[in-house]
Amino acid sequence: MILTTQDVRDMALGAAILGAGGGGDPYIGMLMAIQAIEKGKKVELIEPDVVDDNDFIVPVAMMGTPTVLIEKIPGGDEVIWVLRSIEKYYGKEANYVTQIEAGGVNSMIPIVAAAYTGKPLLNGDGMGRAFPELQMVTFHLIGVKATPMVLSDERGNSVVLDTIDNFWAEKIARAITIKFGGSAYIAIYAMSGRDYRRGVVRGTPTLALELGRTIREAKKRGVNIFDAILDIVKGFMIFRGKIVDVARFNLGGFARGEVTIEGFDEFKNSKMVIRFQNENLVAIKDGEIIATTPDIISILDIETAKPITTERLRYGLRVTVIGIPCDEKWRSEEGIKTVGPRYFGYDVDYIPIEMRIKRV
Amino acid sequence: MARYILGVDVGSTHTDAVIVDDNGNFIGGAKTITTPDVTTGIINSMKLILEKSKVNRDEIAAVSFGTTHIINAIVQRRNLGRVGVIRIGAPATRSVDPGMDWPDDLRKTVIAGYTILRGGHEYTGEHIVELDREGVIKALNTFKEMKVDAIAVTSVFSIVNPEHELFVQEKAREIMPETPIVLSCEIGSVGLLERENATILNAAVLKVMQRAIKALENALQDLNLGHAKMFFAQNDGTVAAKEYIAKYPIFTVVAPISNSIRGAYVLTKISDAIVVDTGGTTSNIGVLRKGYPREALEIEIAGVRTNIRSPDVVAVGLAGGSIVKVYGENVVIGPESVGYKLVEDGIAWGGDILTATDIALAKGVMTIDDPRCKPELARQKIDPKLVEKTYEKMVKMLEDSIDKVKTSPEPETVILVGGGSAMWPRKLAGAKEVIRPEYAQYANAVGAATALIGASVEKAFSYEAISREKAISIVVDEAKKRAIEAGANPSTLDVAEVEEIAMPYLPGNAVKIRVKVIGKLKL
Repeated sequence: MILTTQDVRDMALGAAILGAGGGGDPYIGMLMAIQAIEKGKKVELIEPDVVDDNDFIVPVAMMGTPTVLIEKIPGGDEVIWVLRSIEKYYGKEANYVTQIEAGGVNSMIPIVAAAYTGKPLLNGDGMGRAFPELQMVTFHLIGVKATPMVLSDERGNSVVLDTIDNFWAEKIARAITIKFGGSAYIAIYAMSGRDYRRGVVRGTPTLALELGRTIREAKKRGVNIFDAILDIVKGFMIFRGKIVDVARFNLGGFARGEVTIEGFDEFKNSKMVIRFQNENLVAIKDGEIIATTPDIISILDIETAKPITTERLRYGLRVTVIGIPCDEKWRSEEGIKTVGPRYFGYDVDYIPIEMRIKRV
Repeated sequence: MARYILGVDVGSTHTDAVIVDDNGNFIGGAKTITTPDVTTGIINSMKLILEKSKVNRDEIAAVSFGTTHIINAIVQRRNLGRVGVIRIGAPATRSVDPGMDWPDDLRKTVIAGYTILRGGHEYTGEHIVELDREGVIKALNTFKEMKVDAIAVTSVFSIVNPEHELFVQEKAREIMPETPIVLSCEIGSVGLLERENATILNAAVLKVMQRAIKALENALQDLNLGHAKMFFAQNDGTVAAKEYIAKYPIFTVVAPISNSIRGAYVLTKISDAIVVDTGGTTSNIGVLRKGYPREALEIEIAGVRTNIRSPDVVAVGLAGGSIVKVYGENVVIGPESVGYKLVEDGIAWGGDILTATDIALAKGVMTIDDPRCKPELARQKIDPKLVEKTYEKMVKMLEDSIDKVKTSPEPETVILVGGGSAMWPRKLAGAKEVIRPEYAQYANAVGAATALIGASVEKAFSYEAISREKAISIVVDEAKKRAIEAGANPSTLDVAEVEEIAMPYLPGNAVKIRVKVIGKLKL
């Protein structure tokens, strides 16, 4: 399918839900994508099944600080340079671009890349949601390496990193990003079509699109917005209530915290606590765990269903909390080790949300 | 000789005027109907208060206006100037053009043309690339040929280093000295698009403000108040002299909302509270912190995102004129309102539209000082069960809105102000006390009349390149300079607020510093 500007707006809204409270505001990325399409560029979205074993697939994204992204907005050519550099290093042409992260701002950057380079965008990503670290990618689970990776800036500087492991990739990439002025475009986890088909979380861009469109149209069609959302993501409404407390502490560069919600309607006399670290990670109802990472916990406005990111949580907001099962790939032993609750410092086992809900 | 200040505040339904003495004591107030052109309503209210109060006109030293001229012009797209937009930041920033996310008609009305030139700075203050100086000159000449009304300039990280914006200003003064130029570093905060939007809007309403000032100057002459100094209320609950506001009209865009909050403080001397301002159509619920409105970091103006500071309020369409509709068991209150026609259409005035005021009158919680108003009509015509049910629902709606502006469940003092505020009970959930001060219906105009001069400056630094003390003193000095420019008496300047915000994930201790300076009016 060919994406329209309305599709992009819908996808940005849906991507914020899949962001599980993190991933950054897709607003600037959405405007970039819309401008590209308005100027006549075409973005074609293609199913992963068409990918050949020997095709060369390049995920693109941005890294850096949100403050810089909203002030030094990208130029647009970075996506061309970042692709050109990785093609030169590998000595082959990229056939498709794709998302590494379905939630937040990085859901939009590959659309921009597809628009400016003319490469089709694949309907899938490497998380099915948002996560904060470089190795938290489904492609990592099947042994794909983050590097060789490329970082490019708006001036046309490009740096190729070929590191011994992802730890060093992260460390050096951060340093280069700072020298670029706080933000960089990256091409990372470049891989074969064969690996892509094995590792990809399928259909997330269209899932985001459908979510956004449903929210936009629900009011007009007079349907219950949350029923419609849960139907699409096969998720669960796990709480409704009012935020009565938000505690934040800055630990090791991550925005950690805890939000307490007092229930109403069918949740009257109940309390929910959600622990977050950029993303919402653990939801506890009246002392009992209801959902944990890698399942998606999203906090939505009780009326509009607009997602509320962790940095915007505050006392008094009326919210509906939903839980969405993560992709099966995260439920493997290696997946749980990489992004399960223990990795983030919570001493609990991962139990899939649909099983926890049944037990309650 | 006594010295008085006349304050005027324009609301959506009523325009109010008050006179206070120079100790802030209330002398008198008057209410008139807001007119579509705003100015006529202001003049009417001034005439009325001058007649009513009998204050000697020679003794009125200053007139302070909280006005909706600017927001109306933008919302109605009326008399807006055509702006030549210069952004400096290429090769960065080209992926989102200026005005891209504006409503189409507003963009077409305001943006005469734009260019994105090479230059701008990193968060460290270093150049992204060298400034395209020839490009600046070429763009200015093009805009000169196009006869634009104003120029708006926004450079990347100009709040860290304004060098490139200042270069454009210098060249503009050579090439097109008659055309005003607005620099983004004087308008907004970090966030290029939001700051650029505010800068362009400011440039677009310069003429609107000039005309308003001219019309009000003439009005003051006609009222024998030509000697009085003219001030305008700003978005943050302070005022500034007309010469300053002529350059920064966007700082008045939501000023009337702040006036009420500030007025609640002046009338009660309570510096920390929740303020409910109930007019004819809307109740605005805001927060007083240390005597000033709590601020939001961003505000959308007529569909345009900006990051000028503005009062952080929850607005709910529930006020004196709100229409009450009954659908079987269900009652809907507002957001539709009869506005100033309450005194014709309301049940208690012999009309046939059921309003929130009628419910409060029937319930017996309020009285109205108007001989035409007959509460017994409301009591006879409205089913007592409906009265109870509707009033309960109104109060619940208000209590929910009050809860939304709170930052914790702790009960707070609630101050009720505005023309419609008499309809509320003296007990509300979440309130430790509910106060409706004397002259509550004039709180907004009192806020305008008693406000101090204020100016804020925001800059960003790296504490590795400069010491903290030095950085703060630079911002304080600049804020003081601007406060004096805004009409403050230099010997009365006071630093009201120093705010330091670390910019996360950046090395070198990158911080934003914002300083607000307050001073007394120089009369």
